[in-house]
Amino acid sequence: MNDPIIIAKDINKVLGSGAGQVHALKNVNLSLRGGEVTMLMGPSGSGKTTLLSVLGCMLAPTSGTVQVCGVASEGANAEQLAKLRREHIGFVFQTYHLFPTMSAVENVQLALDVRGLCGRIARAKAHDALEKVGLAHKLCSYPLELSGGEQQRVAIARAIVSDPSAILADEPTGALDGCNGQAIMSILATIAADSDRSVLVVTHDSRLTSFADRIIFIEDGRLVDEQVGNARAPKRRTAALAGH
Amino acid sequence: MPLNLILATRNLFYDRLRFVATMIGIVFSVVLVMVQMGLYLGFGQMVTTVIDHTSTDLWVMRHGTKCFEDPSLLSANKQTRVAAIAGVAETIPLVIGFSGWILPSGEITPVFVVGSDLQTLQPWNVTEGTVQALSAPGAVAVDRSYFERLGVSGIGSKANIRGHNVSVAAVTDGIRSFTTTPYIFSDLSHARTYIGIPSTMASYLLVKLRPGANLDDVRHELQASLPDSEVLTSAEFRERSRLYWLFGTGAGAALFAGAILGIIVGTVIVGQTLYSSTKDHLDEFATLRAMGSSRGYIYSVIIYQALLNAVIGFGLATLIGFAVVRLTMNGALPVLITPTLILAMLVLTMIMCVVSALAAIFRVLRVDPVMVFTR
Repeated sequence: MNDPIIIAKDINKVLGSGAGQVHALKNVNLSLRGGEVTMLMGPSGSGKTTLLSVLGCMLAPTSGTVQVCGVASEGANAEQLAKLRREHIGFVFQTYHLFPTMSAVENVQLALDVRGLCGRIARAKAHDALEKVGLAHKLCSYPLELSGGEQQRVAIARAIVSDPSAILADEPTGALDGCNGQAIMSILATIAADSDRSVLVVTHDSRLTSFADRIIFIEDGRLVDEQVGNARAPKRRTAALAGH
Repeated sequence: MPLNLILATRNLFYDRLRFVATMIGIVFSVVLVMVQMGLYLGFGQMVTTVIDHTSTDLWVMRHGTKCFEDPSLLSANKQTRVAAIAGVAETIPLVIGFSGWILPSGEITPVFVVGSDLQTLQPWNVTEGTVQALSAPGAVAVDRSYFERLGVSGIGSKANIRGHNVSVAAVTDGIRSFTTTPYIFSDLSHARTYIGIPSTMASYLLVKLRPGANLDDVRHELQASLPDSEVLTSAEFRERSRLYWLFGTGAGAALFAGAILGIIVGTVIVGQTLYSSTKDHLDEFATLRAMGSSRGYIYSVIIYQALLNAVIGFGLATLIGFAVVRLTMNGALPVLITPTLILAMLVLTMIMCVVSALAAIFRVLRVDPVMVFTR
């Protein structure tokens, strides 16, 4: 088994205050290991995105600890969390969040630019990343000139270009048709083939489970079930994860 | 080009209407400040133009004289006492004063007469006639820009000052008075009669020093021997005149007030447009933040946008400023735009735009990267 890249221990997250307070995550324990595609599934409002945000160091947990590549995010301020994201994590969003005024290659380069890598090397790396997702012929296209599937592929290229240890994808196929969705998942699964990289995919779409090594179910802020995904073996392993 | 600068540039031009509105704001503001400051400089130069063209080391004047145009008089007899001081090479009386120029039609228009030895202070930019011709009885020099007002057409034109017939013997170009009253140059004795000053009086005594004489020593001795007079260097008298006209009269304060108003208007307009532009691009800034960009990186995008606004706006405003310079070049009060003013305006515009970016930066400070999941 590969080393864990992200470890979450006893994570609780309370959102809001007063009467509107919501206990979004309850005693969540989770490890994301290298070489795995982990799928996080659950109904709307179950805490999937909140968990993704906490694992991705965008949101600090109310209690519990998150370790990314051995670095604990506990007590880190906004800048230190940004540094953790910068160094270890790549994100893919449902609505792509590409920069409309920048071409595909510039969008990808931007992920390197924020990491202080610019110039010819950055452009070559961005070119390579786009080639990996099959968009070498669309380098200079602007997001509005690309289809939804192509835009998501640019977003994936942007997420992988800095060679992060973890790729966290929030409903990456949510805005795509079935065919494009499968293609995107296929790319993400290929990325996870690298034993040093873990991919977490938040999704509603049960058709995508064939790409998962593990499937984790979340309900009402608790991890309630874990299955071995179809990508690995058909056997089912159920465990009460909540409270671990 | 750095990618954050590319992003700033694209964001800037993405909404063209807003860009145009920003440019109008900046250009209006910069032109207003530039013209006000140009007027300040032009005015400051105009009020000392005669002093600037007088080749003397020291000015002796009645105590409390506020500016060159001050009508205070001192006794010309002091000339002898001045001449007796060691180090003084020459003492030349200078008279100035308002008088009435009677046109052939009988109409009277005020003129400002300046009379001296025609060497220490002589009309400059003479385009017709000669300075030497002014020593002839009734010979005067006038500026071409006042021909119509004085009812003359050039050399040989006749008129009358306070009952004395005069004839135009020299024509200058560009000697304009900020008071709009035309300067009339003549020799000392005739100037006295035109103004009505007795030969025992003078407005100023111009003191030239012998080579090697110590200016401070001579000045000290002059001051000691003329207790009711003041002795100033040309630079000091220039500064005193400038300060009097600019600040003693409130003209400078008004110009500065206009300039400050321009800065405020510009800052508010740029601030508002930059803030709304930043608000429109919050998703992008949140995405950058989610990607792990530092706050500094995001600020750099906003600051670049502000500086681009500044440079483009400043460029356009400077073109307009030069057009204003050309338009006012021959006017009563020319706008003077110097290289120093241009540089100062560039720095000021940049500061103005960066300060304007503060509101946008404060807005971005509150950007939560989590918002990328909810939009």
